[in-house]
Amino acid sequence: QLGREHQGITLRGSAELVAEFFSYGINSILYQRGIYPPETFTRVQKYGLTLLVTTDPELANYLNNVTEQMKEWLYKCIVQRLVVVISSIDSSEVLERWQFDIECDKTAKDDNGPREKSQKAIQDEIRSVIRQITATVTFLPLLESACAFDLLIYTDKDLAVPEKWEESGPQFITNSEEVRLRSFTTTIHKVNTTVAYKKDSVP
Amino acid sequence: MAQFLFEADLHGLLKLDTPIPNAPPARWQRKAKESGPGPSPVGVSPMKPANRSYSSSKTPSKTPGKSGSKIQSTPTKAGGDRYIPNRSAMQMEMANFLLTKENDPAEESPTKKEQQKAWAVNLNGFDVEEAKILRLSGKPQNAPEGYQNNLKVLYSQKMTPGSSRKNSRYIPSMPDRILDAPEIRNDYYLNLIDWSSQNFLAVALDNSVYLWNHASGEIIQLLQMEHPDVYISSVSWIKEGNYLAVGTSSAEVQLWDIQQQKRLRNMTSHCARVGTLSWNSYILSSGARTGHIHHHDVRVAEHHVATLAGHTQEVCGLKWSLDGRYLASGGNDNLVNVWPCTQGGGGDFAPVQTFTQHQGAVKAVAWCPWQMNVLATGGGTSDRHIRIWNVCSGACLSTVDAHSQVCSILWSTNYKEFVSGHGFAQNQLVLWKYPTMTKVAELQGHTARILNLTMSPDGTTVASAAADETLRLWRCFEMDPIKKKEKEKANSAKSSIIHQSIR
Repeated sequence: QLGREHQGITLRGSAELVAEFFSYGINSILYQRGIYPPETFTRVQKYGLTLLVTTDPELANYLNNVTEQMKEWLYKCIVQRLVVVISSIDSSEVLERWQFDIECDKTAKDDNGPREKSQKAIQDEIRSVIRQITATVTFLPLLESACAFDLLIYTDKDLAVPEKWEESGPQFITNSEEVRLRSFTTTIHKVNTTVAYKKDSVP
Repeated sequence: MAQFLFEADLHGLLKLDTPIPNAPPARWQRKAKESGPGPSPVGVSPMKPANRSYSSSKTPSKTPGKSGSKIQSTPTKAGGDRYIPNRSAMQMEMANFLLTKENDPAEESPTKKEQQKAWAVNLNGFDVEEAKILRLSGKPQNAPEGYQNNLKVLYSQKMTPGSSRKNSRYIPSMPDRILDAPEIRNDYYLNLIDWSSQNFLAVALDNSVYLWNHASGEIIQLLQMEHPDVYISSVSWIKEGNYLAVGTSSAEVQLWDIQQQKRLRNMTSHCARVGTLSWNSYILSSGARTGHIHHHDVRVAEHHVATLAGHTQEVCGLKWSLDGRYLASGGNDNLVNVWPCTQGGGGDFAPVQTFTQHQGAVKAVAWCPWQMNVLATGGGTSDRHIRIWNVCSGACLSTVDAHSQVCSILWSTNYKEFVSGHGFAQNQLVLWKYPTMTKVAELQGHTARILNLTMSPDGTTVASAAADETLRLWRCFEMDPIKKKEKEKANSAKSSIIHQSIR
């Protein structure tokens, strides 16, 4: 890990950083929004923060699959967006939608020299985004009913759909309010975060 | 926490979706018994949808041995029927669309295509030609039934019935006095009240500071900012109680003499508002919105003697330990830093400890008066926890979920307890016993979130300032008269403080 600091950012390294961010980011969302019981989360140190990750083996496995797949797709620069959809179990209504837009610099290939950006700067940016995700609990409307989450990934059209993945619709929220959070960039991949939530219907 | 489990149990009971305990077995149940324990209940009992928590992830699953579980979902809830018990994994709209879609019509004109494309982009949020959406099937099991989203518990918190525990002392549930605090700024990050050792309560109301004499009830307006847009962001009394430090939104730290009601110094070294101040004999530390902490030696002309850069966002909590060895700071970046009083080898100040466990801004920072090196911190809305630390080892001694934004913590000198001030939903003060961390009492009365707490010099009364524009004085640490006499005897043995004159 120490060597990375001096080497700058390679395409492979950038893909790993972004995939790792998604893993911790999704865990944070699941904890903060109360999708899973807080007792099933444990604290780890990452990015100079205390983050909560799930201890549930099935869920951890599921998220691992996604992270690994994301790493591959980020490396090939064919993924455009990752979306965490939170919907009510009973009514299947989408209540919240976390959208991570990925802008990939397609000119970056591993054979080019590594880009100049310090790990620390990227870590600081990621830390700001994760702190913002934590802070959103102050304004996001309460999720009244039990909720489930879904992960959608927007990829290039001609990608061969791997096993276990299926095509899906965008699962937008009807009548939503959107808030844009901070973005971070590794100079090869740029991630913009927005959260959309269902506007409370005025009685 | 017990009352939340109780509430969950009550909800479970009222939902009427568990099977009737003593009813005669239904026909399908009898059939199941006849056909033996081999096939899973899912297959044989068509009226029951699959236990959602266990089989929604994989099709068709056998749930071995799970039939003994207490929690069983009703047939009607899942929206399934006896042929397809669980439809949540299907996408009905997509399926419907694909089935009813007409075959592609003949070539359309290019403009129509453009139009269609524009519509598609608008509706889908992306260009369908360029991207497709994938979803990983095999979603992991959802939270087990009966799990109540803990945020719901936070927001629907009701008044808990009085504890049946007998308190060893009487704590009045009503405040001693209520003072008016009009125009007090409702800003979580400011520290607008402080109580001096001479029994004066300083209150900053927007751009003025008022002093209230607790003994006589007299009110004096000490100062008012000249510029209308500038407001006071923090106040702090020096230990002796004759000088008051005032931090402003224009990044100034002012020092006022109370006797003469005159400003002695105006120290400018910050670039953003000074939200928090703390004294350590002649050193005044100030925390600003930039995240920097400055040490000011108030005796000398070059007052700015040190800078501590440990926070990346506003410093809202700042407290020197009682022995003056450590300075604890809490910021909007969710960090707690513990700084030594002297510089390290390199001439730079570096924190001896940094605590990252809080998930929200840390404004409540307080040192334990009877145990060395013990620090209590409280987190804001995103965190709501109170944590006790040992700053030497860095260990978190205990944590408790206060279910509400923590704005301030004060340790009692009379009892082994501490009090915390809270916001939504009850705006209460909570007295906790240390180290058992049990609630001794909850003091309610404020109608909006509490912003600051401060303690009287005799340690019996806590003053709370809240966004409802009132100050309430709570006599919660009243000493037993016998114990009081003992304490007074002990105190009189100490030598008197030599007053230092400050230029």
